[in-house]
Amino acid sequence: MAQATHYDTLGVSRTASNDEIKRAFRKLARKYHPDVAKGPEAEATFKKVNEAYDVLKDPEKRAAYDAPEPQPDFSSSPNWEGGFGFSHPGAGDMRDFEEILRNFQGARRHTSDAGNNRRFSDQHARINVPLDAAYTGATRKLTLQVPHITQNGEVVITERDIEVRIPKGILEGQNIRLRGEGIKASDAIGDLYLEVHFEPHPVYRPEGRDLYLELPVTPWEAALGHKIVLPTPDGKVDLKIPKNARNGQKLRLKGKGLPSSPPGDLYAKLLIVNPPVVSKKEAELYEAMAQETAFNPRRAMGG
Amino acid sequence: MKKARANSELLDCLTSVELCRFCNVNEAWVIELVEHGVLDPRGNSFEEWNFYGVNIVRAKKARRLQRDLGLNTPGIAMVLDLLEEREELLRELMKAEAV
Repeated sequence: MAQATHYDTLGVSRTASNDEIKRAFRKLARKYHPDVAKGPEAEATFKKVNEAYDVLKDPEKRAAYDAPEPQPDFSSSPNWEGGFGFSHPGAGDMRDFEEILRNFQGARRHTSDAGNNRRFSDQHARINVPLDAAYTGATRKLTLQVPHITQNGEVVITERDIEVRIPKGILEGQNIRLRGEGIKASDAIGDLYLEVHFEPHPVYRPEGRDLYLELPVTPWEAALGHKIVLPTPDGKVDLKIPKNARNGQKLRLKGKGLPSSPPGDLYAKLLIVNPPVVSKKEAELYEAMAQETAFNPRRAMGG
Repeated sequence: MKKARANSELLDCLTSVELCRFCNVNEAWVIELVEHGVLDPRGNSFEEWNFYGVNIVRAKKARRLQRDLGLNTPGIAMVLDLLEEREELLRELMKAEAV
C-alpha cells in the first residue's frame, strides 16, 4: 500500500493554495494537538501534520517534494521537536488554558445579548421549543418587555406579545430573525434574533439533523432477526432487525431523522433486554437453552 | 398591548455583511475566523462569501467566547472544537445514565 503523501496528511489537493494548506494545517493541528486530542494516535498524527506542513508551506521544499524523481524523505525531518505549530504567545501556556476552563461556565450564562448592538438596535434572545416543532412547525407566543421613556424622562417597561413561527425542519442552535422587532431607536428599528433550542425529549436525542434513540429488543428478536415496529416522531416505521444482531449495534434509517433539507438519518442503538424469569415455563425455556447451546461468552477470557 | 404576527425567517444563509451585523463585528473579524478555519463559507472572496447553517451558529459562539472570555482567534478555534467534543461526551453520559 502506498504511503500517505503530505497532501493526504493535510487532506488537501495537490493544487491547493498556500492559504488552503495553512487553513487545513491549522484545523488539523487543533484537532490533534496533544493537549486536546485523546488516544495514542493523536500525537503521531499531530507530528505527521506538522511534518507535512513544514514541507508544503515552503514553496522550495514543496516544489522539491512534488518533483517526480526520488527525493529525500522530508517526513523524517526532526524540526517539529521545536514545539507545536502555534507561534502565538500564550497559546501553549497552561495557566491561560486553565483560566479558560475555569471561566468557561460563566460563558454559558450569557444566553441573551440584548442591547449589545447599538448600531442597529438588534436584540438577541433564546427560545426553547419541543422536538415536535421540528416536524410540524409551531407557533409560539413571546412576551417582549419593551422599555419606553415617558415625557417625564422616566423609563417604564411595557409588555408586548408577538407570535413567532418556528419553521418545520429547524435544527438546534439555528436562529430566527424577526425583522423590525428589535429596539426602536431614534434613527432605525432593530431586528430580533431568536436562537432555537430543543427541550429534552425522553426518547429521541437530536444531534444536528440526525436523531438517536435506544431501541429495546428481546433476545429472540435480535437472534432471529424479527421485523418490529419502530415509533418515530414522524410516525411508525417497519424495521427489520438483522439476524444475530449484537447488543449496542446501531441501525441507520436513512432520511428518518429531522426533516431538514436534506433530511437527517435516524440511528437506533439496539439494547437487548433479557426477560426476567417469572413463570415455570420461562425457567424451562432458559434451561433448554443452557442444555442445547454450546455458547460461551467467556471463551475469549479463557473462562 | 399589541399582538402581531411577526415575520419569522430562518437564518440559514447570510452574506458577509449580514454576518457582520448578526455578530456585531467588522469585516476583519470575519476574515480572520475564515483564515483560521472556524468558519467555512462558500465563495471566493469576502464580497462573495455565503455562510450557511452551522457556520452562523459557530460565528455566534465565537463572538460570545471572544466577548465573554477575551479569547484570541486561535483560542476561539480551540475552545469551539473542545466544546463540540464536550457536548458529545455529555450526550454519551446522558445516554449511560438513562439505561
